[in-house]
Amino acid sequence: MARSVQCEILLTVPQSNSSDVADVIVVGAGVVGAACAYYAARSGLSVTVVDRGPVAGGTTGAGEGNLLVSDKGPGPELELALLSTRLWREMEDGVPAASEYEPKGGLVVASSGTAMDALRHFARAQATAGVTAHEIEADRLREKEPHLAPGLAGGFHYPQDAQVQPALAAARLLRASGARVRTGSEVTAVLTGPGGEVRGVRTPSGDLHAPHVVNAAGTWGGELARLAGGDLPVLPRRGFVLVTEPLPRVVRHKVYAADYVADVASDSAALQTSAVVEGTPAGPVLIGASRERVGFDRTLSVEALRRLAQGATALFPLLAGVRATRAYAGFRPYLPDHLPAIGADPRVPGLLHACGHEGAGIGLAPATGLIVARLLTGAEPPLDVKPFDPGRFPAAA
Amino acid sequence: MARSASEPYDLAVLGAGPAGIAGAVAASEAGLSVALLDASDQTGGQYFRHPAPTLRARRPHALHHDWPAFARLRGRLEASTADHLRAHHVWTVTRESADAWTVHALTGADGDGEHPVRIRARAVLLATGASERHLPFPGWTLPGVVAAGGAQAMLKSGLVLPGRRIVVAGSGPLLLAVASSLAAAGAHVPAVVEASGYLGYARHPRALATNPHKLLEAAAHGSVLLRHRVRPLTRSAVTEAHGTDRVEAVTVTRLDRHWRPVPGTGRRIACDALAVGHGLVPQTELATGLGCATRRTPDGTTALALDGLQRTSVPGLWAAGETGGVGGWLLARVEGELAGLAVAAQLRGRPAPGGRVAELRRRRDRMRAFADAMAAAHAPGPGWTGWLTDDTEVCRCEEVTAGHVREAVSGLGARDARTVKLLTRAGMGWCQGRMCGAAVACLAAAGTAEGTVPPSAERRPLAVPVPLGVLAAQPEAAQPEAAQPEAVQPEAAEPEATRPEGGAGPHGRADPA
Repeated sequence: MARSVQCEILLTVPQSNSSDVADVIVVGAGVVGAACAYYAARSGLSVTVVDRGPVAGGTTGAGEGNLLVSDKGPGPELELALLSTRLWREMEDGVPAASEYEPKGGLVVASSGTAMDALRHFARAQATAGVTAHEIEADRLREKEPHLAPGLAGGFHYPQDAQVQPALAAARLLRASGARVRTGSEVTAVLTGPGGEVRGVRTPSGDLHAPHVVNAAGTWGGELARLAGGDLPVLPRRGFVLVTEPLPRVVRHKVYAADYVADVASDSAALQTSAVVEGTPAGPVLIGASRERVGFDRTLSVEALRRLAQGATALFPLLAGVRATRAYAGFRPYLPDHLPAIGADPRVPGLLHACGHEGAGIGLAPATGLIVARLLTGAEPPLDVKPFDPGRFPAAA
Repeated sequence: MARSASEPYDLAVLGAGPAGIAGAVAASEAGLSVALLDASDQTGGQYFRHPAPTLRARRPHALHHDWPAFARLRGRLEASTADHLRAHHVWTVTRESADAWTVHALTGADGDGEHPVRIRARAVLLATGASERHLPFPGWTLPGVVAAGGAQAMLKSGLVLPGRRIVVAGSGPLLLAVASSLAAAGAHVPAVVEASGYLGYARHPRALATNPHKLLEAAAHGSVLLRHRVRPLTRSAVTEAHGTDRVEAVTVTRLDRHWRPVPGTGRRIACDALAVGHGLVPQTELATGLGCATRRTPDGTTALALDGLQRTSVPGLWAAGETGGVGGWLLARVEGELAGLAVAAQLRGRPAPGGRVAELRRRRDRMRAFADAMAAAHAPGPGWTGWLTDDTEVCRCEEVTAGHVREAVSGLGARDARTVKLLTRAGMGWCQGRMCGAAVACLAAAGTAEGTVPPSAERRPLAVPVPLGVLAAQPEAAQPEAAQPEAVQPEAAEPEATRPEGGAGPHGRADPA
């Protein structure tokens, strides 16, 4: 009698104890995984987060923390960004303050009359989608940013743009979620049942069980999809960020030249740089936004740094005498159409994707997490998720 | 001086300490064109630091019992064809191919007059030496608390003492050398406080027996200390420095085998300066930035992994001296010569002189074995963090306390130095973690099973801070390399306007042109 009961238990819950069972396993302890865990836990689900590295060890830890609406034209990504902007602001549990959330606003500047016309046209279209943008005439730019270079044609101020410190944001969201966090634990297999449905994941320290697995592995999301028998064409796009010595607040907003917008949406593999310059609460000025497709190569590119420095000193001439103390590289996860994959895998029941946010993952994380939580609990998503359908790509041969 | 832009050097040697000079001399005498770069105006590196000629020191070598050997090596450099490029601060090294390298440097003293220089070479020898390892303790930021090696450097280059009554503390063979230099220069040294026991050496009798010069060296320091009545206290540490405007006394506490302070054993020693150091850390950032493989030394530092001919794992890049593991100037000189001969053999396509190479390799292996034995004997034990209070500042640049770091570990799940840095800013400041890196790594590891000093192959893509104006003025990559970069035209720096409406939206097909 006793023996048969034991066997039954073994059959239904193989090799497990309660700590290895959850409602959902999130793979990836970056900001997107953390946001998925946060909203899933608030929906009443028990969550385990697993990552082969530390918290924020991948793209999150190499980001600037941009929460931008200014660089997005009308469309599904802008809707996601606008929702995220609101969610960041309304987030509870002290997460925004502990993540150095700063609603500093963005300032996009144009160097010529032609560029200013284009920017005006762009801002008008954004306004119809709910973006607030104020035109700043050339002679008033310095009221917003006293150290801007002379001779610019004008710009637009975007009060909805904001910033967080991305690693802190991920760590604070994870902590607030109350999820079990297993860092340093690599997923080596996705466990599936007889019908191909997800049952959990395998790690070197044991199997974890759950009826749902969320792929928030960022740039490495393609690998995880393949482990599960799915397919997602996520690829890395390298970016460098230059960091200066600490300064008093000489740059007040996120300031960038209008050409950044074209680079973000570009399909080119070649190096593109358009400096996004911003001060931080801690003092250093961050200069971001080179983009190139070079695989996972971390080697310093002097050319990328040269162009970032050139862009930044062109916008703020006083930075020429300021020293860069460090530079870091990260890999933005991008999909062929530059939209993230958020939703159920078309082939693997129980597998959800939440990756491929390219350079906007910090900003888009809360909306992504909320959508995933709604999908997991069978509730209505907060916006139309069709454009993010992971099944929109033709399967690899 | 610098040659024409079309002609790279055969070899660029980074660092003009014993390893770099020996490498430059060997390569140059074998017929290679050599550039020897160093941030300092002088040769000699940290070890053979000596007063600037303007100080008119009568006996600059009085503090160096190996001075004659160094003077001979320097004489060969001066007689060679190698170009000694002084005051060159290398900020990065880039590799176009296995035999096409560019060394990016800033010249001039720190401050305004600096301008960028690029040295091209067919091979690179890294001889960048080591820096001091610091383990913090309450009061370590007080004026009068100086680095042990720093105190010696001050003495060697400026002939000044950090105080009159100087406690020397920490761990490693450097302490005895520092204490005997300070005592010989007239300071009163009330105690040399060593966290390890010297008994550790006894576990490596072979390494000791085959390195008799090391015993002689220790005996020399020992007799100086004896003469000046300096008491060495082993298995003890300075666990707190006291004072308001300046250090006035230190608390010395007994340690157990794991470097945990033994409660109730602390006693005060009055002093007006404390020279403290916990061994040396190889300076490897230029190499790790290029993807070189590293190894962990017995005392928990990260050194470059090198083969029998001093090659790193990246073809075209050699290393010698402390970058491959701290081992002293004699080892550095041997490795430098070996590397110089190996580079010459490779570039000339003919074998190196077999007998000389075999002899150098034998001597290197013998001294490496001794260095590893020393490193093992002085490896920091995991218990040292026990003397940190939560309000002890760990990262001085960013003012991050031990409590902040502990909170990131226990509250936010940080398990390694990089994550602690991301969550607390420890190591993000001016020194880029050179001061706090070891301590932060230990505190982070407190949350892991290892619980001891973890490896920390730190990435510092910029080896020294670089003004943005200098970075911006680099010649464009697509253009042929020029020896001196042209000044950037203001127009060229203007961001080009593009039309956002065409390619702005995520669905738009932007024209990247």
